[in-house]
Amino acid sequence: MEETISFQLNGKKTDVKIDPTETLLWVLRNHFGLTGTKYGCGMGFCGSCTVLIDNEAVRSCTITVADVKGKSVVTIEGLATGDQLHPIQKAFIEHDAMQCGYCTPGMIMNATGLLLKNSSPTDEQIKTGMEDNLCRCGAHVRIVAAVQTAAEEMKGGK
Amino acid sequence: MKNEKALDQASMPRSSRRRMPRRDFFKILGSGVIVFFLPRCTGDGSPVAVPLERDLTKDYNAFLLVGEDGTVSCYSGKIEMGQGIITSLVQMMADELNVPMEKIKLVLGDTDLCPWDGGTWGSMTTRHFGPSMRAALAEARGVLLQLASEKLKVPANQLTVTDGVISDPANPDKSVTYAELTKGKKIERYLDTKPSVEDYTKFSFVGKSYHRLDAKQKVTGEAKYSGDMKLPGMVFARIVRPPSHGAKLTTVDISDAEKVAGVQIVRDGDLVAALHENRDRAEEAVSRIKAEYSYNELPVNDKTVFEYMLKADSYENVETSTGDIEAGKQLCDKTFDTEIHDPYLAHAPIEPHTALAQFEGGKMTVWASTQTPYPLQDEIAAVLALPLEKVRVIVPFVGGGFGGKSANNQAVEAARLAKLSGKPVMVAFTRDEEFFYDNFHPAGVIRIKSGIDKSGLIKLWDYHAYYCGTRGTEILYDVPNLKLTDHGDKENSPSVHPFATGPWRAPNNNTNTFARETQIDIMAAAAGIDPLEFRLKNLKDEKMIEVLKKVADMFGYKPGKGKGGRGVGLAIGTDVGALVAQMAEVEVDRKTGKVKVLRIVCAQDMGLCVNPLGATMQMEGCMTMGLGYTLTEELAYEGGNIITRGYDSYEIPRFSWLPKIETFIFERMNEPPQGGGEPAIITVGAVVGNAIFNATGARMYRMPFTPARVLDAIKKV
Repeated sequence: MEETISFQLNGKKTDVKIDPTETLLWVLRNHFGLTGTKYGCGMGFCGSCTVLIDNEAVRSCTITVADVKGKSVVTIEGLATGDQLHPIQKAFIEHDAMQCGYCTPGMIMNATGLLLKNSSPTDEQIKTGMEDNLCRCGAHVRIVAAVQTAAEEMKGGK
Repeated sequence: MKNEKALDQASMPRSSRRRMPRRDFFKILGSGVIVFFLPRCTGDGSPVAVPLERDLTKDYNAFLLVGEDGTVSCYSGKIEMGQGIITSLVQMMADELNVPMEKIKLVLGDTDLCPWDGGTWGSMTTRHFGPSMRAALAEARGVLLQLASEKLKVPANQLTVTDGVISDPANPDKSVTYAELTKGKKIERYLDTKPSVEDYTKFSFVGKSYHRLDAKQKVTGEAKYSGDMKLPGMVFARIVRPPSHGAKLTTVDISDAEKVAGVQIVRDGDLVAALHENRDRAEEAVSRIKAEYSYNELPVNDKTVFEYMLKADSYENVETSTGDIEAGKQLCDKTFDTEIHDPYLAHAPIEPHTALAQFEGGKMTVWASTQTPYPLQDEIAAVLALPLEKVRVIVPFVGGGFGGKSANNQAVEAARLAKLSGKPVMVAFTRDEEFFYDNFHPAGVIRIKSGIDKSGLIKLWDYHAYYCGTRGTEILYDVPNLKLTDHGDKENSPSVHPFATGPWRAPNNNTNTFARETQIDIMAAAAGIDPLEFRLKNLKDEKMIEVLKKVADMFGYKPGKGKGGRGVGLAIGTDVGALVAQMAEVEVDRKTGKVKVLRIVCAQDMGLCVNPLGATMQMEGCMTMGLGYTLTEELAYEGGNIITRGYDSYEIPRFSWLPKIETFIFERMNEPPQGGGEPAIITVGAVVGNAIFNATGARMYRMPFTPARVLDAIKKV
């Protein structure tokens, strides 16, 4: 039943002996202790569990650990480079783009995927790209501003 | 205030138990200066509106510790759920003690470390806890000055404090730090007389904008919520759930579930759970439990509820009565009868209710996403028949509450299962459970009869609230003949609500402000008077007039009918001591009935604003969240069976909805602080409804304004 699954996790080659049908979200949280990736709905509707898989924003509650075999997975914990926060993380701090913070990791990972595809988004494109990530506190206006600031900073080569 | 107090209390679990005796805080905390204070009064001198089933001589509301290293810790039973007290409390502390903000540490929501607190709700932290805390801090500063005076041999009144250093300005050599003074000392003092707090002109931190102090933790994933806790041997629980509220378990077959390797099935009365160290396996096991239930469905659903409520046998309580309603009718040129309907709403925080419980050495420790750690402690102690000191509740970051996390079923279940199984148990609600077990915003009906004389002055206001509470029913306008009647469940008779209801951000005020401001708009239109002019004409409260004029100015308001499917609406309101005025511009698609809010502008008078940036975030959040109850949110149900159980069927605001949001907060440095996390949500329904009228001539009486309801209203024009 268990098998060894190999993938890149936050830049490191990882081999894990595990039931391949397990949900990626729970494997990240409970096996690897990467609790920054959150459960919000378990059905892919809210985006709190968003991670990057081969640079694509994916909802980790909707796939199994077997689905990432041979791929690269980045979680919120793997976004910074050492002590240097990612420009999107910095922009979220600068704009106070959160309240309770529970949706924040998913928002940041989704925005990262968005900016990898489109480095110069308009506000409208940011809204469209973030549309399916839910925030209940109403930090939306600040999140849009933060993603815009991050895009500008990233273009500047920082 | 009366209504709010009643509601706040009604929503809180109450206990007649006496509080636990004061423990030896020194043992826990080590040395330092400790100042206790009682929640004696609010900033405006009125009593604190919290249930007071406590021993006042021993039950302290908060305490502070000036540590040996110069840091100042504040232990508070309040919790951080996004509202930003993690920043604003620190600002207040820094000013009273004259220490830099980075020297201050907050310990929140731990029942072993922090003194009793009624819960984080009703915008009480800054309004009520804040002044008490500031008074305590002022006392702590006094104690420290006395100690410095003795050490430096300088009269205390000659000493000044800067950044935690006490010195004599006339003799710069004479100085001592808080840390040096408190080292090894244990001093306890009660505040029997009210000390004077720092004058607002001396504030260095309060009144200035500061970024969130928890932002870095939240952007890196380091911030810990209840579900992020982990203990050795911990298991995940998945619990068998009934099909409907009120259902009773009749038979249960666990034989198939027991075949899941490593599972433990636990049963205690109606509580049947599968425990497994792997969450997916616990899920699998619970799906293999066969359970049958018996229940009698209440004959009510989301379509029939309003009729059902009006037919129900309710009690009537006249809450306010001024002048004479019958005489008022004689003064009117026109009268207006309106009925407003408002549905049940879910809180739908992104973090579902979650708790981890551990029973070890006879003591139950529970990490829970809750707004009410102490009432939860009471509840667990009662359910498990444990003494209070054998129950500890710890609240990590809470992923949104909005009132919903004042109900704590998940934590009680986790505690029961931990005791039964002997293992640490995590109960994390699924989204389905989160919807099913929510304590919903109550549906309600409002009936208003009002009237104006020939000049457009309101002479009559007869207001009836059915089952939705009376917070926000203050008339605000100058009306000589008014009556406010609350209709609700009779004592000792079953509730008209088929499931639990509770506080939902600015509880009931959204309903009542929508009703009042809709009726005002109706009367203005019938009088042929511009709605802004009509309001100004009927208002006497100078503060409210100032707030309304401010928003009109910010908006660039111009009277007149909307054009090209666009319209402008306005509304005013008051909540938790603050005043708000709002204006919005909407666009209505006459073919589809879809409403898009283009711009929303809000002016707020909240007294002393501790952190204008934090308060602005709360206003933006209120207006964004408010679009949900206004445009889409409503619960579908058949009796006690909740049909709406996910974000696919219960639609909350999204990025594409975003209007242009503008905010203004009056600078009132010399006034007591009022609430900030709720006021700006109360007017959203009314400004949008009134804007739809301005755009189309269609009047909205039922929230949310779904395309079907808007089309229907347009047809009736």
